[in-house]
Amino acid sequence: MDAIDLDGVTKAFRTPHGTYTALHDLNLSVPASEFCAIVGPTGCGKSTTLSLVSGLERPSVGHVRVGGQPVDGISSEVGFVFQNDAVLPWKTVLDNVSAGPRWRGASKREAVQQARDWLLRVGLAGFEDRHPHQLSGGMRKRVALAQSLINEPRVLLMDEPFSALDVQTRSIMSNELLRLWDLTKPTVLFVTHDLEEAIALADRVVVMTAGPATVKDIFTIDLPRPRSVQEIRFTPQFVELYHEIWQSLRSEVELTYTRSMTALEVV
Amino acid sequence: MSSAAVHPFTVEPDPAVALTRPPVVVVDPVAVRRQRRRRLLVNVIRLLVLGVTLGGWELGVRTGHIDAFFVGQPSGVASQLKTWAQHGTEVGPLWTQVRVTLQEALTGFAIGVVAGIVAGITLGRVRLLAEVFGPFIKVLNSIPRIVLGSIFILWFGLGPSSKVALAVVLVFFAVFFNAFQGTREVDRNLVANARILGAKRRHVTMQVVLPSALTWIIASLHVSFGFALIGAIVGEFLGAQQGLGLLISHSQGTFNPNGVLAAMVIIAVVALLAEGAISLLERRLLSWRPPQLSGADL
Ligand SMILES: Nc1ncnc2c1ncn2[C@@H]1O[C@H](COP(=O)(O)OP(=O)(O)OP(=O)(O)O)[C@@H](O)[C@H]1O
Ligand SMILES: [Mg+2]
Repeated sequence: MDAIDLDGVTKAFRTPHGTYTALHDLNLSVPASEFCAIVGPTGCGKSTTLSLVSGLERPSVGHVRVGGQPVDGISSEVGFVFQNDAVLPWKTVLDNVSAGPRWRGASKREAVQQARDWLLRVGLAGFEDRHPHQLSGGMRKRVALAQSLINEPRVLLMDEPFSALDVQTRSIMSNELLRLWDLTKPTVLFVTHDLEEAIALADRVVVMTAGPATVKDIFTIDLPRPRSVQEIRFTPQFVELYHEIWQSLRSEVELTYTRSMTALEVV
Repeated sequence: MSSAAVHPFTVEPDPAVALTRPPVVVVDPVAVRRQRRRRLLVNVIRLLVLGVTLGGWELGVRTGHIDAFFVGQPSGVASQLKTWAQHGTEVGPLWTQVRVTLQEALTGFAIGVVAGIVAGITLGRVRLLAEVFGPFIKVLNSIPRIVLGSIFILWFGLGPSSKVALAVVLVFFAVFFNAFQGTREVDRNLVANARILGAKRRHVTMQVVLPSALTWIIASLHVSFGFALIGAIVGEFLGAQQGLGLLISHSQGTFNPNGVLAAMVIIAVVALLAEGAISLLERRLLSWRPPQLSGADL
């Protein structure tokens, strides 16, 4: 049984100028505990795919299943690290991270204890009492990560979680993520623009077409684990995979680019 | 927010940074002196403006260019205040009048604010209610509510309740619309995140929507206290046994412009004190917000 299953999914949004089809006949299955990366040109429908899996949106056509169950609203099994900052600005770091367990019924003591553990794990011990605006962008991302992971979700959706970070912090965070993933082995759906990041982290890389998105190719990344994301990119196998996947992605990126240019000309 | 306006050359010790290393304090003495001199200049000019206005008025009365019978005179207002303070007013001790009006205004303010917040957030969160009650509220808001004061006196009599009711009605709508709007403007991303983390509806309301709407709500409190005072005073004006409004209408009835003006001065002081208290509350409740960017006028 697959942890995530998207079956013939189409998603159309209503817009002022009629409907816009973001996803068209998308089929994707992710087995339990797999780390699956999604790459695709900007605006193709990657975030939309995650919001369908999370239950925040419903498909227009087709079926979405998580853990074999049809998605019907938000499931407690799912964690979601959003593309944009979504930590609560009026709560301290500690309150932000302990919010999940508190809302799920844990006692305050228990929740705070867990939150302290997770803050230690993401390297934010000592920042418990700060408000988000007093943190750097990278630190806020780590709060968001701890906030999601503390619930120990069986399915973890991540939408370009590291795109706001500088290159160094990013590779440190990637290693951290792999280490944390190894702890509880959730199924991960990881959206990124960075092909290197996708290959370094994932078991499989899914390439999406220019919108309306559907799966174009799926590549299995059989690089050995545990991996170090800094070093792995210099192995010949990595370079070869990169080349192969880029060939597939490139035409979609170019198509998106041409479209946006012609759209400009029309205007 | 003058306290947050730090000159670019002055880096105040940031409590956050102080945790890890000693604060870097760079002070440009020339800039500090220039800023201090400027503030002094502004205050001196302010005093001048005030002095010239009041002095000119006083002088105009004394030289016979202005008729004190109609517009009063500053020294008359001052001596009126003194007389009231020392010997009480025509309608009773001065302090009692202030207390009665303040009590009416504060009670009306509190009830109106709570009702406005509850109604605003409820309608903001429950779409059906918003759709059903939307038109009614618009109609109620469009009638000049001050007129209700007469009805409230018929209903509740000459005591404080009719004034409180008028203050409530005035405050309620101001707070309600802001609370409603604030609820609607809440960042959907924050709500989605909270729901995925496990927040139930009431958690979202209390921990995501309310704090987010608070910025809007507090903005409305500044004007609402003024409305509460207006409600209390107009209510007293329309019929009362005590209060500053009664004092004003009494002074009006005895052709005593100095009395009207003296009551106005008292009301202004009360309003300014309340404004200060609300600003303090604002700073406390919204302490999580990043400080305003410092620097010269943008
Ligand atoms: N609520 C919505 N209403 C209308 N259109 C939407 C809505 N959400 C997304 N879209 C459209 O659907 C398409 C896919 O959006 P989506 O956010 O999934 O893209 P993405 O692949 O995540 O892009 P990026 O990589 O830039 O984040 C876009 O063209 C977007 O304009
Ligand atoms: Mg996206």
